[in-house]
Amino acid sequence: MSRAFRLLRTMPPSALVGAAVILLYVLVAVFAPVIAPYPEREVVGAQYLEWSSEFPLGTDSLGRDMLSRLIYGARNTIAIAFLATTLAFVLGAVLGLLAAVLRGWVDQVLSRIVDVVMAIPGLIFILLLLSVFGTSITTLVLIIAILDSTRVFRLTRAVAFGIVALDYVEAARVRGEGILWVMRREILPNAMPPLVAEYGMRFCFVFLTIAALSFLGLGIQPPAADWGSMVRENATLITFGDITPLLPAAAIALLTVAVNFVVDWMLHLSSGLKE
Amino acid sequence: MGDMRDDKPLLEIRGLKVEGRTGEEWRPIIKGVDLTLRRGEVLGLIGESGAGKSTLGLAAMGFRRDGCRFAGGTVHFDGIELTHASHQVRRGLRSSRIAYVAQSAAASFNPAYRLIRQHAEFPVLRGLMTRDEAEADAVKLYRRMQLPNPEEIGFRYPHQVSGGQLQRAMTAMAMGCRPELIIFDEPTTALDVTTQLEVLSAIRDAVQSFGTAAIYVTHDLAVVAQMADRIMVLLKGETVEEAPTRDMLAAPREDYTKSLWAVRSFRAPEKTGAGAPLVEVRQVNAAYGATPVLRNITVPFREGRTTAVVGESGSGKSTLARAIMGLLPPVSGHVRLSGKELPRRYQDRSREELRQTQVIYQMADTALNPRQKIGEIIGRPIEFYLGADRRTREAKVRGLLEDIELDPAEYIDRYPSELSGGQKQRIGIARALAAEPRFIICDEVTSALDQLVAEGILKLLTRLQAERNLTYMFITHDIATVRAIADDVVVMRNGEVVAAGTKEQVLSPPFHPYTELLLDSVPEMDPDWLTRRRPAGAPGP
Repeated sequence: MSRAFRLLRTMPPSALVGAAVILLYVLVAVFAPVIAPYPEREVVGAQYLEWSSEFPLGTDSLGRDMLSRLIYGARNTIAIAFLATTLAFVLGAVLGLLAAVLRGWVDQVLSRIVDVVMAIPGLIFILLLLSVFGTSITTLVLIIAILDSTRVFRLTRAVAFGIVALDYVEAARVRGEGILWVMRREILPNAMPPLVAEYGMRFCFVFLTIAALSFLGLGIQPPAADWGSMVRENATLITFGDITPLLPAAAIALLTVAVNFVVDWMLHLSSGLKE
Repeated sequence: MGDMRDDKPLLEIRGLKVEGRTGEEWRPIIKGVDLTLRRGEVLGLIGESGAGKSTLGLAAMGFRRDGCRFAGGTVHFDGIELTHASHQVRRGLRSSRIAYVAQSAAASFNPAYRLIRQHAEFPVLRGLMTRDEAEADAVKLYRRMQLPNPEEIGFRYPHQVSGGQLQRAMTAMAMGCRPELIIFDEPTTALDVTTQLEVLSAIRDAVQSFGTAAIYVTHDLAVVAQMADRIMVLLKGETVEEAPTRDMLAAPREDYTKSLWAVRSFRAPEKTGAGAPLVEVRQVNAAYGATPVLRNITVPFREGRTTAVVGESGSGKSTLARAIMGLLPPVSGHVRLSGKELPRRYQDRSREELRQTQVIYQMADTALNPRQKIGEIIGRPIEFYLGADRRTREAKVRGLLEDIELDPAEYIDRYPSELSGGQKQRIGIARALAAEPRFIICDEVTSALDQLVAEGILKLLTRLQAERNLTYMFITHDIATVRAIADDVVVMRNGEVVAAGTKEQVLSPPFHPYTELLLDSVPEMDPDWLTRRRPAGAPGP
């Protein structure tokens, strides 16, 4: 506990701001039903109402409260991004460790598959797969997780290759330890710093991908609130000089910047640990 | 240089203090050291690791490592104060008037350029020579450093020459601008004894013929005895003793200096009886791909005894250990444990077979998982092989820590990074013991340690052997260690056994020619040793 506190004290201002913003987003996402003045999907007024005391950010194209949808949007977008990133990491890290420990044909097969997947432009591949398998949240999460796991795989494999060569891993193998033990206890703890930093970075990209897909109409489906689709649905307002549709975009931008601040600090920290 | 200045010291360090940053606080590394060096004089700096030798050597050129600062005192080089000198002044001196030769030449050369190009860089940059002149001069220096094919060798890349040649090329490069002072930072520590001999004599000849002053940093007393006119002993950032080489060798004054001298006198007690072979290696051949690395090796490791396996790097010592462990399955031949044939691959061996053979590694830093606590590192083999419950396991770990002379209460919850090199090596020993093995492979376990610490490890191993009837395979390149601990000796070269027998048989005449070369190459504490050794030495100029 005291260690976490010390860590917090050594955080540079940028990382502190980033962490505070992330915390705020998480709180908003968790307590959305409490904070939001109106329900997520209910039509509560006329279309495109202006900002007022009744509807702080006005209403959208169907007459739903903008602020409430913005708050619920945090919930949907962040939850899905979190789920997809975590899944990508579990998948990528496990396969990456396996490739590094087993080498030989396992490594060859996995690496070549990853090469093939990475050779196809990401967004186009996702659009293709989504139109084949249909757009549900499950397919969305799975597809993004699998495609993103390729990058995690490469990173984990590269980091683990260096660790596998060390004497303590050899000692564990000669002791007769199983592959899972070697992966989990000897290699993974030592590969964590770069992986943690990468997690933050990946989260940003996944988040942006989901927003982009939603904007294109293939992401999170209406009537669920989502920042990407909110920009699209209300885009016409911009022509009337109303900045409301830019607010979800700003929310995305702010979170991305905040996560990157924290990741920068983690990268710094993890490189410091290695000396 | 003019004779008028000869009485004035070239380098004068007064009350120098250097501090290093750990976390938030500054800790002293050098605590007020005085040092005077005249032109053409060679000073040996000696001490354990962490004594501040290298820091002092670097400070002599006005340099401090990142995270260090000068906290007091002065460094005058030919009248120029260096601790507060501007970056330009210091940079102007470096390489042209003060040069530095690092421990690892391989890490100091840029692998992307040919040697001679890197050699010519500074003479040209400082406007002392044109590129053609500098390259012609390089060839002269290569010849003086007794490098083979001096005309041609400079046009190779660093990876195309051997470690000893690279170290000599590095010294030649340092000589490029004919500096007045060269700092040698353990230039031969990473080399084999026979190579070390060549490098030492080349460095000494060059330094003498150019009249260069030098600071020679090393932890090896015998080496410093050959190189230095004067020796300075450092301990924890302070000068312990300083005297001309011959005086100090003949009569060290301080207790610490005496203890450094005494280290080499350790001898494990003689063992009686030959003992039956516990591990038998019979006609083993092994190869990396198509390259044979072990040729028809037959070695018995007798129970309760220490068999030292000696040879230079590349001789196949560690490969033999890997073949025994099953990490490099032999192409042909047998490895037997208590008369029972062991499967060739470790994956095919039973847990019981694996348990009986344990390894202690050379580099304790990479042998211990930095993310596991000491209690977990030592506890795991107990849990894995003996399946003890939590409480007996912890009791055993505590017992083992006491056995290796570390206080259990203090160390059980520490991480390896919180230990010193010697302590880490002790943990490596405890991990091997935890499996309750009968045969332990000690792979250069003392070569990364200071002499005093290494002696402690040797004593510990000897005591444990007597208490537990352990059989050691002791891999080393250091003849002094062999003399101290071995019962039987196996000499290897190019993947073959060239001599084998008891210590008395192998290390007394008549010698096998290669054993003789190895023995002759080990520096002795006699300052005239190198001079005597040279005529008979390895290929001359």
